[in-house]
Amino acid sequence: MTAAILLWAVAAAQTMLAAAMGCSAYRLIRGPRAQDRVLCLDAMYVSAMLLVLTVGIRTGSSIYFEAALIISVLGFVSSIALAKFLMRGEVIE
Amino acid sequence: MNHLEALPTWAALLTAFFLVLGAGLTLIGAIGILRFRSFFERVHAPTLGTSWGTGAILLASTICFSALGSRLIVHEILIGFFITVTTPVTLMLLARAAIYRKRTEGKGEVPPRSLLRLPDRPASTSTPPTV
Repeated sequence: MTAAILLWAVAAAQTMLAAAMGCSAYRLIRGPRAQDRVLCLDAMYVSAMLLVLTVGIRTGSSIYFEAALIISVLGFVSSIALAKFLMRGEVIE
Repeated sequence: MNHLEALPTWAALLTAFFLVLGAGLTLIGAIGILRFRSFFERVHAPTLGTSWGTGAILLASTICFSALGSRLIVHEILIGFFITVTTPVTLMLLARAAIYRKRTEGKGEVPPRSLLRLPDRPASTSTPPTV
């Protein structure tokens, strides 16, 4: 019974995170300026990281944890690089 | 689904609750991205997902794997610490870049630079570079 509740909760969480990624992707495509797109890319990185963690809870293996860690690190680095590019026009001066 | 049935009841219920809480908060933040009008309102929205959205899902993962392994597993703190440290840095840099871009356009949507501080320093009075 509780396993069924947990399965439904995992499915609901995955659906909501996928919907969050969809909202961010819509704004990523429609976004009026470049900074909106960078912001939505960052939000999509966070949502994807949470989605990977949720898949890890569902399958019960700890490999997904490391994937989520790498996704969060790469998201930080790419967002910083894009923000620097918007500010200066180049990434490494 | 063997490992999910092996969870004790309290751990399963807590995991389910925190999963739905975190995913719901992340979804609310994403809807905020979709609906706010200007960029400076929009930049606040994803912090819902990076504060309690991430925190609740990491807490659910910690509870699940701790109850499965019958010992405390806290390496999710690594992700939590990293997200907590890096999100303000990213968003402040992005907001500064956006202000800079809007100012250089000069449409008057953001206040000018010299409202709250002294006018720009004259660059020529500083010490000359020693290169």
